[in-house]
Amino acid sequence: MTEVATLLGRQAVLDAMGEHPAIKAVLAWNPEALTDAKFDRNELTLTVPPELIRTASATLRDAGYNFFDDLTAVDWYPATPRFQLSYHLLSHSMKQYVRLRVLVDEPDPSIPSITQLWPAANYFEREVFDLFGIRFEEHPDLRRIMMPDNWKGHPLRKDYPVEGYR
Amino acid sequence: MSSIQTPEITNLGGQHMVLNMGPQHPATHGVLRLVVEIDGETILHVRPEIGYLHTGIEKTCEAKFYQQVIPLTDRINYLDPLSNNLCYCLAVEKLLGLEIPERAQWIRVLLTELSRLNSHLIWLGTHAMDIGALTVFLYTFREREEILRLFEAVAGQRMMTSYFRIGGLSMEPPLGWFDRVQNFIKTFPEKIDEYSNLLTGNPIFMNRLKGVGYLSPEDAVALGVTGPPLRASGIDWDLRRDMPYSGYEKFQFKVPTSTACDTWARYEVRLIEMRESTKIVQQALDGMPEGAYKADAPKIVLPDREKMKTQMEALIHHFKIVTEGFPVPSGEVYQAIECGHGQMGYYVVADGTAKPYRVHMRYPSFATLQALETMARGRLIADLVAIIGSIDIVLGEIDR
Repeated sequence: MTEVATLLGRQAVLDAMGEHPAIKAVLAWNPEALTDAKFDRNELTLTVPPELIRTASATLRDAGYNFFDDLTAVDWYPATPRFQLSYHLLSHSMKQYVRLRVLVDEPDPSIPSITQLWPAANYFEREVFDLFGIRFEEHPDLRRIMMPDNWKGHPLRKDYPVEGYR
Repeated sequence: MSSIQTPEITNLGGQHMVLNMGPQHPATHGVLRLVVEIDGETILHVRPEIGYLHTGIEKTCEAKFYQQVIPLTDRINYLDPLSNNLCYCLAVEKLLGLEIPERAQWIRVLLTELSRLNSHLIWLGTHAMDIGALTVFLYTFREREEILRLFEAVAGQRMMTSYFRIGGLSMEPPLGWFDRVQNFIKTFPEKIDEYSNLLTGNPIFMNRLKGVGYLSPEDAVALGVTGPPLRASGIDWDLRRDMPYSGYEKFQFKVPTSTACDTWARYEVRLIEMRESTKIVQQALDGMPEGAYKADAPKIVLPDREKMKTQMEALIHHFKIVTEGFPVPSGEVYQAIECGHGQMGYYVVADGTAKPYRVHMRYPSFATLQALETMARGRLIADLVAIIGSIDIVLGEIDR
């Protein structure tokens, strides 16, 4: 495993990796949109505000990250903002991943859907909606996917017990 | 998962019919429910309803030590158990920055390729059976049994192997095991010819598959399709070659692709993949390096039984790992590998404790299922069975 130094914070990443295609594309689009960045264990994470997720992912798609690979959430309860969404985008031509990180907070955590851009995101957004209770605005079919329709609560939230009664 | 009442699908118009296929339908390979809107025999819409097998594995992982998650991963994709183990172990090793000895990497490659063969054999048998060719099923399960015996010899388990450990393997393969693999691999290409003789020229099989389930390359990428269906749509992408992990860069193999984009192309691609996997196993056997089978990290990897009985320090490490686990420095990683069905990814978030803060699995069938409607629209009900077979669906990995 080739160890590369860990870079924490926007400035450190920009100084060392300004030529990275994902960073270049985001800076060319809107330097304000990049609120934080991290390069850790050979993985690049870019943080963008939730309202800009659609344009941010479109920018990265145009920069060569053509494949939507994964979307999930992390519940940082009781910290605020509570939820972190992690989008993993893959570039077939450059053979690399980039992670888009978005923070959303209670009450009513919500974020624009990117299903119009990437039809593949459909089920992944439904899964996050079902298990975390994060709403995806303008999603074509936002229903529960794993749990029954009449289920109460969102199992992957940290205040939901692993076993026993709710 | 939706409730059992027949859902509303708009624009019935008096002549369209809504048909429930599954959840207990033999061609759905598990408990998949398809709500199909049909006009006569022609499919207008397919809406998959999933979640019947949801067991909350991701939630369970958060309550386990890192090493206790490994047996859970087998149960997600039970047809390709060692790929699950590998992907999870690689993710945690990346978090730890742990270096794995070469021998362990090679045995991992050897076993995941056998696991891929196992997965493809089940696909081929059940796919042909769905089409009506029952004989192939009996042939492929004969070879699958051989592979399961090899798994049993190394891991003590036929299906739920849990053989890989964070930092290497659980133990050295038994004496004579590599010869058994060699014997199996020597005759396996003939067996592939056998299946091919039964199916490739078979006019019924060809008529049922050719031109069915068209998926354009653009749609395949947009819908998140990976693995053999992606390559059958003409996209030349295989993580083993393009973003190598676990030492795959040292192996020579071809990545088959096809531009036909139909179920027949998926059949052909998988058949060639089985031949290529055989070659990788052969290379792994020929060049198997000597050395340790687990990393030298006493605080993470369990000590040898012998050392544990004779050395105080080893006993303490063993006790600590088993009772308290080992802390993993905080951070997040996403590790993707190419498993039998496509691209599998583990996203592990660590918070510095001995239990993962969050484990998320990206499984190929989950994304590929979204392409079902694109492939089946305008075709007949019987084609739907062929298409489901061709995407090689495992409900365990969709529902998790």
